[in-house]
Amino acid sequence: MLEDKNRIFTNLYGQDDWRLAGARRRGDWNDTAAIIARGRDAIIAEMKASGLRGRGGAGFPTGLKWSFMPKGSDGRPHYLVINGDESEPGTCKDREVLRHEPHKLIESALIASFAMGAHASYIYIRGEFYREAEHLQAAIDEAYEAGLLGPNAAGSGWDFDFRIHRGAGAYICGEETALLESLEGKKGQPRMKPPFPAGVGLYGCPTTVNNVESIAVASTIMRRGAAWFAGLGRQNNAGTKLMAISGHVNTPCVFEEELGVPLKDIIEKHGGGVRGGWDNLLAVIPGGCSVPLLPKSICETVLMDYDSLRAERSGLGTACMIVMDKSTDIIKAIARFSRFFKHESCGQCTPCREGTGWMMRIMDRMVEGRADIEEIDLLEQVTRQVEGHTICALGDAAAWPIQGLIRHFRPEMEARIQQYKASHGGTGLIAVPAGVPVAAE
Amino acid sequence: MVRVIVDGIPVDVPAGSSALQACEAAGKEIPRFCYHERLSVAGNCRMCLVEVARAPKPVASCGFPVGEGMEIFTDTQVVRRARRAVMEFLLINHPLDCPICDQGGECDLQDQAYGYGSGISRYQEDKRAVTDKDLGPLVKTVMTRCIQCTRCVRFSTEVAGTPELGLVSRGENAEITTYVEKALTSELSGNLIDVCPVGALTAKPSAFHARSWEYKKTDSIDVMDALGTNIQVQARGGEVMRIVPRVNDEVNEEWLSDKGRFSVDGLKRKRLDRPWVRVNGKLIAVPWKDALVALARRLDGVSGDRIGAIAGDLCDAESLCALKDLMTALGSANLDCRQDGAWYDTTRRDGYLFNSDLTGIDQADALLIVGSTPRHEAPVLNARIRKRFVDAGRGAFPVGIIGAPRCDLTYDATVLGEGPETLAALLAGEHPFADILKNAKHPMIILGHAALTRRDAPAVYAACRALAEATGVIAEGWNGFNILHTAASRVGALDLGFLPGAHGRAASSMVRGGVDVLWLLGADDVPVERIPADTFVVYQGHHGDAAAARADIILPGAAYTEKPGTYVNTAGRVQRAFRAVFAPGEAREDWRIIRAFSEVVAHTLPYDTLEQLRERMAEVNPVFAMTGEGAALLPGAGVADDPAEAVAFDEAPFRPVIRDYYQTNVISRASQTMAECSAVYGVAAAE
Repeated sequence: MLEDKNRIFTNLYGQDDWRLAGARRRGDWNDTAAIIARGRDAIIAEMKASGLRGRGGAGFPTGLKWSFMPKGSDGRPHYLVINGDESEPGTCKDREVLRHEPHKLIESALIASFAMGAHASYIYIRGEFYREAEHLQAAIDEAYEAGLLGPNAAGSGWDFDFRIHRGAGAYICGEETALLESLEGKKGQPRMKPPFPAGVGLYGCPTTVNNVESIAVASTIMRRGAAWFAGLGRQNNAGTKLMAISGHVNTPCVFEEELGVPLKDIIEKHGGGVRGGWDNLLAVIPGGCSVPLLPKSICETVLMDYDSLRAERSGLGTACMIVMDKSTDIIKAIARFSRFFKHESCGQCTPCREGTGWMMRIMDRMVEGRADIEEIDLLEQVTRQVEGHTICALGDAAAWPIQGLIRHFRPEMEARIQQYKASHGGTGLIAVPAGVPVAAE
Repeated sequence: MVRVIVDGIPVDVPAGSSALQACEAAGKEIPRFCYHERLSVAGNCRMCLVEVARAPKPVASCGFPVGEGMEIFTDTQVVRRARRAVMEFLLINHPLDCPICDQGGECDLQDQAYGYGSGISRYQEDKRAVTDKDLGPLVKTVMTRCIQCTRCVRFSTEVAGTPELGLVSRGENAEITTYVEKALTSELSGNLIDVCPVGALTAKPSAFHARSWEYKKTDSIDVMDALGTNIQVQARGGEVMRIVPRVNDEVNEEWLSDKGRFSVDGLKRKRLDRPWVRVNGKLIAVPWKDALVALARRLDGVSGDRIGAIAGDLCDAESLCALKDLMTALGSANLDCRQDGAWYDTTRRDGYLFNSDLTGIDQADALLIVGSTPRHEAPVLNARIRKRFVDAGRGAFPVGIIGAPRCDLTYDATVLGEGPETLAALLAGEHPFADILKNAKHPMIILGHAALTRRDAPAVYAACRALAEATGVIAEGWNGFNILHTAASRVGALDLGFLPGAHGRAASSMVRGGVDVLWLLGADDVPVERIPADTFVVYQGHHGDAAAARADIILPGAAYTEKPGTYVNTAGRVQRAFRAVFAPGEAREDWRIIRAFSEVVAHTLPYDTLEQLRERMAEVNPVFAMTGEGAALLPGAGVADDPAEAVAFDEAPFRPVIRDYYQTNVISRASQTMAECSAVYGVAAAE
């Protein structure tokens, strides 16, 4: 469990002043120039040594990502783009940073931009985060006034500008290349990779896209040292992480916690326990709706970090867990996610555009039970046909929750189907004849 | 060059190639829908997935750059599964209405479904339906068939330069639309039908007329402009059903203008299908023999210098050669192919050619357009200029225009001035654009007929030529001094010397009573109202237009699809067209009519077959022996004109020669489709 002295976000709940004076009191902007004076390579080396992995969901090592930026400029400017388009259902951690710790983000953005040779940084904030954008803008204005942004930012000798761009409510714009398209004023559709943003990103210039939290922790890592950060958590899963619990717990909340803590302990300590007691637990979705769910049996022992959850064929994702007790219709819950992904698919590439709708329609029938048992296998195959064949990861995200459902709750699905057949005398569907060769076989 | 191993076959491909190109180099066919060689890469259909060694997932080969030593697998279990998966997804919401779809038989989706499709659908849900869009009179939409490959969006944005199509909404609801339900304003919109891999965009005029496998296909040359676009005429049962472009990178790449594609219905209307002779002021139909004898009688006793011939814009070189020989035999030097009164420097072949060849545009790095609206005069050439403009990048291909175009040329062009005085300023070096030309490595001037059909054309031409020589447009190893013609027959006629001989009369003089017998070979755009009543007019052509109405004898000829013919394009390229169908009724191939008549007047022309006639053409000008490439580079034909009299600049601005793109010749004027286009897009719609 995380000790208070190791907290990075000390004003997570807004109990203190979020403005510049309060931030300074908490140690932000304290001799930022000295950090920058250590130089680009030292900052990137420190970030690499800290073992920080991307906090947006994919978990790519942040220091390594920064090091992909070209060392010198070929005449094109470099950009840091911060992804504040927190749209994953169940996820609301970056929102607290924007609300209550805006200066930590701005200072870290300055350090990160310096390390990448960027003189400008854009933050793409989810459109619905209206107050948050207001807070951040107020903080930016304060920082400009105090000389912390602009020419010779914070006395570091580095010119740095920071701008807010507000999104318009599309989930896909949280995907890094779609975000860049949207930032350029185009329709938010992911780009093909390669080329990667570090080579050709925003306006065709070298760009790094990082999650709000990944950036916001940088200033503390630079102050307290990589060894401190790496000392928290587990091997290859270093540091602290903002997490959230929602759903059927007694005290849903956002909190900071060390990685590698048992999931059960987290639910008991921060969530105040599952509604009706631990035995009333049905399943937990550990990191936003796009990772497969975990049934109670796995929740008993699993640790909250990247590798432990990966080993259970799920993922840490955003570490914002959704807890479901036994009153939940789990099929309906996952069907709701399928509807979300169908709604948010950008429509650019075939498997996702066509597959999300197909998955949603089968899932809707599964909720009723109006399906054949074989269609569970069909549904599984459709998710496999989408997974890994799309331009961006939204196709995978749409497939995984269903795969998790089938993996862990197939008996429930079959029971539902049998129940429907028993009460309706059949499904009314045309059966696919056996023995006809079908795709993906 | 990079070495790549495709399915164990090592191939060398240029660095920067895509995996798909490498696979093709290795002879592996990669299925694709969204990828098109001439459009940007979208990578959204996911049909071209291949496996690359050490890549965690299958990659879209169309957009994946090759690296040294990369191993690609095109036929593994993973790849086959992925392609079948994509095919299944494409088909679940496709209506599968192939039996009533015009694309059937030439549909990429249909073809590839044979390779990767399933025998049965596993999709139990309702299919998506999409409302059809009205894209104007040419392109029919059945949007439910659309697979959202966005080729049409990319074509209209990138090639046509009219970004009027887009993908709106997202996910399953994504659809292609013009946003505000309006007709496409491109002169290249027909190519959308070709780039669409499914039956979502098909040809409206030929909808439900025939199936693609029923056509008899004949290679031909488009005559709607002077570009010599390579086309394929597709006919069924003696009727031309449709025209599609052929690929020729040196001429039209793979595009065709809308007029060339959709004028086909004009070939069936208002046709002259039998000879007519005017008796007592009324035209009566007569047999061929009577018509030729009547004409011979009228010519009897008329001295050679009172006979003249004017050739029109759609003539093949064969008939021009035969008519010239006949006129010479009759003792006439009154010949002219310039019914619009244009002036050219005919003393040398490069005086009337698009000298840099059309491919020269791809190298040009500065362009001055004088008195031309390429978008209307040659839409495919305009697309090539746009391609150069886009490829060069911002500001790297400055385009200046003298003369105000009536339309957006689809690339940034600065109007330097409207009349010849700007040319004088450029020549004097007073205008900054002169320096742009001078500093360019491959500067180009395109001189059009808005300048060449004026009284001061020799002066404009001389000024342009002087400017070209002064600014390096004409230099060692580069000749960017280009004439853009508007008539398909013009360069061929000039090459054959179909021009006034010694003391011969020009077209305007012949029309105003300079001759007693005037033979109009498809010359429909001469001012017939100016021809005096006592001039005897022979009209040889294929359409009953204004000139035929004025004629005293009508000799029905063949349209360009109905005769084997030779056409020389604006760049001097000699190209052959073949006969797709027979001319209607009594109508005959034009050179045969002239040959037959020569016998009646006892001046029998010395050729009985097409081959002999073509030998004779090569004798007149050796360029005709060189079909295909190279011809453009041949030096002057030596068809000496009288040296131009010194004329002064006219103050008036250059006026575009094409008022209505869709109504420029007899065929397009006879076409209902073109009339509809004219009503929707033309000046009538604008006014």
